[in-house]
Amino acid sequence: MSGLSRRQMLGSLAAGGAALALPAIVRAGAGSARVVIVGGGFGGATAARYLKRHAPQLQVTLVEPAPRFHTCPFSNLYLAGLRSWDSLGHGFEGLRAAGVEVIHARAEDVDARRRNVRLSTGQTLGWDRLVLSPGVDMRWDALAGYDEAASQLAPHAWKAGPQTQLLRRQMEAMEDGGSFVMVIPDNPFRCPPGPYERAAMVAHYFKRHKPRSKILLLDAKDNFSKKGLFQQGWKALYGDMIEWVGLADDGRVTRVDAGTLTVETAFGQIHKAAVLNVIPPQKAGLIAERAGVVDASGWVPVKAENFETRQVAGIYALGDATLAAPMPKSAFVANTQAKLAAATIAADLLGQAPPAALFTNTCYSLIGPDYGISVAGVYGAAEGRIVERPGSGGVSPGTADAAFRAAEAAHGASWYAAICADIWGAG
Amino acid sequence: MQPSSRVAPALLSLASLGLALAGPAAAAELPATTAAVLAGGCVNCHGPDGRAQGAIPPIGGLDEGYLRARLLAFRDGRDAPGSVMTRLMKGHDTDQIEALAKWFARGGTR
Repeated sequence: MSGLSRRQMLGSLAAGGAALALPAIVRAGAGSARVVIVGGGFGGATAARYLKRHAPQLQVTLVEPAPRFHTCPFSNLYLAGLRSWDSLGHGFEGLRAAGVEVIHARAEDVDARRRNVRLSTGQTLGWDRLVLSPGVDMRWDALAGYDEAASQLAPHAWKAGPQTQLLRRQMEAMEDGGSFVMVIPDNPFRCPPGPYERAAMVAHYFKRHKPRSKILLLDAKDNFSKKGLFQQGWKALYGDMIEWVGLADDGRVTRVDAGTLTVETAFGQIHKAAVLNVIPPQKAGLIAERAGVVDASGWVPVKAENFETRQVAGIYALGDATLAAPMPKSAFVANTQAKLAAATIAADLLGQAPPAALFTNTCYSLIGPDYGISVAGVYGAAEGRIVERPGSGGVSPGTADAAFRAAEAAHGASWYAAICADIWGAG
Repeated sequence: MQPSSRVAPALLSLASLGLALAGPAAAAELPATTAAVLAGGCVNCHGPDGRAQGAIPPIGGLDEGYLRARLLAFRDGRDAPGSVMTRLMKGHDTDQIEALAKWFARGGTR
């Protein structure tokens, strides 16, 4: 419902009009409205905090299984040995202090008609608005030989958690001179620069501990985020330790044998790994499917102006699960999408005019401890589509001195502290 | 009546209201919810309420005129042309920059 029509309805209410025709929220006041948010990551936790900030009288409930949320951003630094595991974890006390009800459970099903969500605890929560920020699930049927069992031998480590720790243990156990093979999917996938930062962070570890080792990147595409900057940085810091093979050079992997740690490419080349890291194709988290908001692509189409899903009114979706190109699937954009959606939902429930859409993105990638690069972008909504603002965005300069690269490395660490404080901090 | 004689009293009255620093009279003030959404991107690096503790400088509570001038300089490529700030500000119009300068001058809240 638009702000205008709500104001018209409120006007008719004030005039003693058809009060019974109004939604319960408006009749009883926004204080009785409940917003349920599924997912305590960069999208969901941001939405919860900012809904409370915009409309303290709302009942805001966040559903997240993990008592501490470990972030994918900076998990490559953990692989490198530059960050502790604990430093990636964020609890929910700050959100509770901000008035958010946090329930540690898994959301298992959504009834869009009755407007409720069923949890793994058996509890059912009613909602006036539902926000889904479930992140990604792996498509276990998309790459021959790579299913959930195979990921215990050849980890994806593309959700921060036990998979990430398993990959680190495998790196530690690997003998010097071994081959670390990474399988990289075609677009779209979570964190477009992530695989290439990971290559650098694995190289950082190898250079110090296993200098005769090699890193082979088998990629299903010919171009990737910040490609020129990554290749320049790899060369500068790690010589020829990292070899990238794109689609045109038979980089696309079509079969995985996790038992023997071998992969086969489209043209039949076999590569044997000592450590095999397979990042498979992905889709929106399962609860989005259960809610009926995904399309045939496996992702969630959303309205560009507010991130309400196109399939179901009253259900919003955020972050990596959504179809939001040309925005990347990044933590930063999940956060700015959440801020727009939270302001929109609060305005809607309070009978105010909605905000204008604007999204920003900044992604830092670390190539070495003192070598950072970045990509940025600004996006708006026009005629129902997300559009990059003309003239905005782009990557770090190709030619820059060591001080510039060191500054961007420091800025990356500063970004992580700031955004985590914004989302999970004491506030 | 000459145009100049109409403009001068208007400027004078703006100044007397303490609004002379508010920027060009043409700038339309953005609604608070829209300003909040805009500012939401900034705090991801500059910290809650713009009060970062790390290598990225704090912006909360700085002088509004300084913030406006600096943001415009980034946008126009006159300050740190290779930086993230230049790439970001090129996506913002004058009204948006105005709203951000006000927002963070007030301490990062509405």
